[in-house]
Amino acid sequence: MSALPASLAANPRLDGWIGVDAGGTVTIRTGKVELGQGVVSAIASIAGVELGLRFEQIRVVSGDTVDAPDEGLTAGSLSVEQGGAAMRWASALVRALFAEAAAQALGVPVETLAVEEGAFFQKGRNESRTYWDLRDAVDLSRSALDLQPPLLRGGSLDGAMQRLDLPDKFAGAAFIHDMMLPGMLYGRIARPPHPAARLVSIDRAALEALPGIVKLVVDGSFIGVVAERDEQAAGAVILAATKTTWSRDAELPAASEANEWMLAWPLADETIFDEAPAPPEHVALRHAALYSRPYLAHASIGPACAVADWKDGNLTVYTHSQGVFPLRRELAKALGMDADRIHVIHRLGAGCYGHNGADDVALDAVLLARASGAPVMCQWSRSDELSWAPFGAAMRIALSAGVTAEGRIVEWTHDVWTPPHVTRPGPGEGLALLAAWHLERPHDRAPPLSVGQPSGAGDRNAVPLYDVGARHIVHHKLAHGPVRSSALRSLGAHGNVFAIESFIDEIAEMTGQDPVEIRLRHLTDPRARAVVETAARLAQWDPAAPGGEARGRGIGFARYKNFGGFCAVVAHVEINEKINLVEIFAAVDCGEVVHRDGLINQIEGGIIQAASWTLKEAVRWTDKELLMRNWEDYPILKFSEVPRIEIAVLAPEGAEPRGAGECAAGPTAAAIGNAVAHGLGLRMRHMPFTPERIIEAINAS
Amino acid sequence: MAPALLTVAVTVNDETRQLTLPDDTPLLFILRQDFALKGTRYGCGEGQCGACTVLVNDLPVQSCQTPLWSLAGQKVTTIEGLAPAAMSRVQQVFLEEQAAQCGYCTNGIMMTVAGLIARRPMPSRHEVLDVLDERHLCRCGAHMRILRAIDRLLGADGEPQA
Repeated sequence: MSALPASLAANPRLDGWIGVDAGGTVTIRTGKVELGQGVVSAIASIAGVELGLRFEQIRVVSGDTVDAPDEGLTAGSLSVEQGGAAMRWASALVRALFAEAAAQALGVPVETLAVEEGAFFQKGRNESRTYWDLRDAVDLSRSALDLQPPLLRGGSLDGAMQRLDLPDKFAGAAFIHDMMLPGMLYGRIARPPHPAARLVSIDRAALEALPGIVKLVVDGSFIGVVAERDEQAAGAVILAATKTTWSRDAELPAASEANEWMLAWPLADETIFDEAPAPPEHVALRHAALYSRPYLAHASIGPACAVADWKDGNLTVYTHSQGVFPLRRELAKALGMDADRIHVIHRLGAGCYGHNGADDVALDAVLLARASGAPVMCQWSRSDELSWAPFGAAMRIALSAGVTAEGRIVEWTHDVWTPPHVTRPGPGEGLALLAAWHLERPHDRAPPLSVGQPSGAGDRNAVPLYDVGARHIVHHKLAHGPVRSSALRSLGAHGNVFAIESFIDEIAEMTGQDPVEIRLRHLTDPRARAVVETAARLAQWDPAAPGGEARGRGIGFARYKNFGGFCAVVAHVEINEKINLVEIFAAVDCGEVVHRDGLINQIEGGIIQAASWTLKEAVRWTDKELLMRNWEDYPILKFSEVPRIEIAVLAPEGAEPRGAGECAAGPTAAAIGNAVAHGLGLRMRHMPFTPERIIEAINAS
Repeated sequence: MAPALLTVAVTVNDETRQLTLPDDTPLLFILRQDFALKGTRYGCGEGQCGACTVLVNDLPVQSCQTPLWSLAGQKVTTIEGLAPAAMSRVQQVFLEEQAAQCGYCTNGIMMTVAGLIARRPMPSRHEVLDVLDERHLCRCGAHMRILRAIDRLLGADGEPQA
């Protein structure tokens, strides 16, 4: 059906993907890693179908610079689409090679063979050959590039498949945090009090005298403590705050309405669409509005952690990074050593939701292990996690439109101002690892990575899927912001979709159109229309539902990146002193479903996390410091605040699988905003919709 | 000033060890380092997220806020001790419901649930929600599944057992 998947073309040797073990199992090797999203289980399920194996017959190696293929990052809702496709193709090729060998051994035509539970057989005959029987007869060192495209079986093992990683997690040790190497010491970092602070003085003796302290590492403004026990290192870091003095190189800008501070920062404009405007005589109504979201924290529940182990000038690093190969390259640059002498191995971390501190803590651990001559586990604190991991970038979005007398949109302008959304370790100059910037001889910061349309970064989903006539769309890219930002689940799509979908509702209200109706009127793609219609039906959408009485309903829709999963969300809210989410209905179409429960889990999680961002979350600071010490400074959605969620999964025949992790973010934010507007008769254009903001909006109206 | 060292016989999952450590050493680190029981997770160290919840004398407590000096004569149970030979019913139901995404917060929640459902009379769903709100955070958004598992454990599907 399709072409050789890119990941397999780049790593074509079959034994790099699949190996038949001696003991009745098959090991698959994937460059995609488990981040709590269940993707490794989904990829194992794909391999199981193609190879004709039971789930229990599959072993998985994932994310290892020696033992697994380089598939770049596990990010962007592309893991099933790319990593799954490569594994499917490689598995089908391996099955074909073994089928030929089995046919020869059995003396029957290959096309008469079936494979079940790893055994090739003719229907009705008892004789069979297994992968393990034929292990020595088949050469898997062959290249996928030299083989004919295989016949793909397609599908997944079984809808009720359970996640591979959960039993160990629920029983005890499972995460990177749980590793114990012989002689391992525990490290923590005493970060500056402020992103632009530099170390002036430190009372080393006071810190070195603490019990259990093995090594105090001070290099420029990088301060690390290595101790026999984690709580000793943690205690020393707390004390370090009172044993150090710091200078301040820059102030943070005052928080301002709609992130207006951005307009004063250095920026470069990129025009995505510059189409000739509609003839003025066609435009009966013009509307313009300004939207924003604040910086958001990834806020993993398990703070970043890494283990580094130096032996004879070779380095092994255990990490929960999204990309072991990019991290290896980055560490090689930081240390000025050959990448071949660094082995980076993925271990399970807490959910990351994008580029958090996982890569940074790896360099921290490496520096501390080098200084102390022992393996070191470096553990970030809650405050490190909330204030030093990159944030999701703040956004300011201005929209305007021209509408005909018949209520049809014929002209559309979208301006988005935002700091970088991707500052991951990359191929270019400079370094993207926090500690590297704090050293006595600091490395330059790597410039942000550029992600062009249609994926986009800050401009992700800035192009509406709607037929809106003449488009003028500009991405105003800040070179950097006052705080560090990088990829947070869905990148700019959360803000852009929130703005577009709020604005469509505003136009609907001004022109007397129903929100569902105006969307369908401007959507031609049948899959887009189907999710909008399905979500509306699921929610029993009533165009005549009265608003303005503190109960409201709203809809939001997008196709993620305009080529990924389709998602429409309807929110029902009640507003008293705060916004209560009553019910959320979603319809998604992510193409072929590999693992139904995994898909639903991702959509539920995407909705709940986006609801949390939208209602509660903002990175806060004063001109002197970040106010991001703990969960009181950065509250997230609580259990009682989670609505009932109902999800309809559409999977049109023949549609290729698309990731589900990010497609719900923008539609959820918009649905909530639109429901609040419907319920209050007031438009909330600036996230988060905290009780204070609601009162402000009521007072201003 | 050197911390005051204290020797305490600490009992975890029916195993007792004599430990000499600073008297304020949090139980969390004792479990993870001295007992090598890693199912109790470090999340915030400030008693705000609940990832480190264990039972002390069958009551859920946050082990990062439980100092060594309070442990003499107490009986600590971790996730590993809920049903040492197999999985407890709480773990089993959470697994059946696939009630996690990353699973980092889950063991703490399961310990709270195990403590609550061992009570008689059983707590209401409302009471459980209050406790979850007060003591536990989940960042992945697995709440729906977690609540579904809890509903089952609260007896909607028959006689519950801890």
